[in-house]
Amino acid sequence: MLETPPRPAPVPPPSRKKNRLTDKVIALVWIPLEWLEERSGLVGGVRYFLFRKVPSDTNWFHTLGSATLTAFLVQAGTGVILAMFYRPTPDEAYESIRNITDEVTLGWLVRGMHRWGASVFIILMFFHMARVFLFGAYKYPRELNWIIGILLLVFGMLEGFTGYLLPWDQTAYWATVVGINLNGTGPVMGPFLAQFLRGGDEITGETLTRFYAIHMLLLPGAIAALIGLHLYLVVRLGVSSPPWSPEAAGHDRREVEPRGPGLVRPTARGRIAR
Amino acid sequence: MEPHRGDDKPHHPSPSIWPVGFAVGIACLLVGVIVSRPAAIAGAVIAVVFGVLWARDAMAAGRRPVEPGVGREGLPGVPAPEGEVDEEEAANRYPRNQFLELTTLGLGGVIAGIVTLPILGFAVLPAFTNQEHPGVDLGPTDNFPENEWVEATFLLDPAQGEVSRRTAFVRYNGTGDNDLPSYTIISNRCVHLGCPVQASGPRRDEDAETVKTDQAELRLTPILPANFSCPCHGGAYDTEGNRIAGPPVRAMDRYKFGIFDGKLHLLQAYSVGKVEGEGADAQLEAYGLQGPGEHVDGLEGWLYPIQPQDLR
Repeated sequence: MLETPPRPAPVPPPSRKKNRLTDKVIALVWIPLEWLEERSGLVGGVRYFLFRKVPSDTNWFHTLGSATLTAFLVQAGTGVILAMFYRPTPDEAYESIRNITDEVTLGWLVRGMHRWGASVFIILMFFHMARVFLFGAYKYPRELNWIIGILLLVFGMLEGFTGYLLPWDQTAYWATVVGINLNGTGPVMGPFLAQFLRGGDEITGETLTRFYAIHMLLLPGAIAALIGLHLYLVVRLGVSSPPWSPEAAGHDRREVEPRGPGLVRPTARGRIAR
Repeated sequence: MEPHRGDDKPHHPSPSIWPVGFAVGIACLLVGVIVSRPAAIAGAVIAVVFGVLWARDAMAAGRRPVEPGVGREGLPGVPAPEGEVDEEEAANRYPRNQFLELTTLGLGGVIAGIVTLPILGFAVLPAFTNQEHPGVDLGPTDNFPENEWVEATFLLDPAQGEVSRRTAFVRYNGTGDNDLPSYTIISNRCVHLGCPVQASGPRRDEDAETVKTDQAELRLTPILPANFSCPCHGGAYDTEGNRIAGPPVRAMDRYKFGIFDGKLHLLQAYSVGKVEGEGADAQLEAYGLQGPGEHVDGLEGWLYPIQPQDLR
């Protein structure tokens, strides 16, 4: 009969009282996370997503992408709240915007965030694109991410175009008239595109509801999906090094380490260990 | 890396010309839908004929005996059937899993098409259908004194409300050579990019009157325009609507008109290339209504062969 190997002696509890309290707090945080991890693998996934190797000489320019993402999230969040107060009909749209700005508590702030945040989003997209271009980060193997980024740029600009009509004041109306007619001068299909955008021969309430639906349903969904793809490729391909870097660009793939059921576990000193 | 150059074995099934004919038929059908019905029918016939030939070809290829030594589907991982199955029979048998795979994909595609087509149609077609409006009653012809300009603002579609308010400049030219009344009715939509063109000259707002018609209220303001000009990008037109300055690409659009029971009615708008002469004697180069910024004549006119209203 084989002897069962002796179990390792339990680690003696840390003597100091303060440490024991810290351990308890950490355990309190980790127990639900362990529960989640065991059933979904989400914690490991998030770790894989967030704690990646990046070149050591990345700099502040590499934050422009996440700044753009933040700007989009601000637009999405404020937009959802604005949609609760906005009424997209020709008789009520302007009045409801006035109501948001003047009457609703903090409405001026949220509308201001959405209005100015729109410009911030567009400007950051261009800054991010300039960074990627000047650093040469669009080159192999990241060409596809550049293409997705261009689609995001186009959809972002379309968000600007469709959102500009919604206040339904003179500026909004005539800017949209000119914008649609500019599209209408495109060869062959231009008149059809303009007709589609107007929802008919003339700009009417249908144009407003159409732009509203495109602005708050179609384009944000498409942008969110494309951002997902964009990030997937960033994680897969890694962050590119700056052009002056001696390090090779890209993600240094580690050897696959054996992983236990609990991927992350607090140690006595509260540091996260594998 | 060396580019993959194939395995020097013939394609299976061998390349066929039928898909090309099928594609030509579909293209012909799509163009025909817009341009002419006979062309569309011809395209459909071509597509069906080549489609049938293609399908027949593809199915015949599926029944062709498989070369010995190659797996049933040519995949390296699939071993050739063992000796106990008659080789010829095995080659002729259509694999069931492949059949189910294709059936599932095909049915899924059909269902997706059935669901998607009406939605796409609903998304696109309403913008192109039911766009006719009955015309606008501008009230008794007495409101338009001879050789004087009146700025009329009216509701193009009273059901839509104020958003359909439009403006036209109206001048009664007296009767022409044929003893019929002549009106110059110019739309104020700038033919550059659609901004509202204004009359440059005094407006007699104190003499403006509101006219009630069967459909809606309209406002008539006497004006004395030296010319018409657009606030957006500086387009300018003379009183016949000809471009005199700025970016517009043609003369201003005009409205057809009719007189019913002594009342002036605005009918369809149309585009004008150039106006020669003045008032009742003016000679117009008239075209179907085009969007702002679209050339009607010259080489650039070829850029806009069909308009959405041509399809109605």
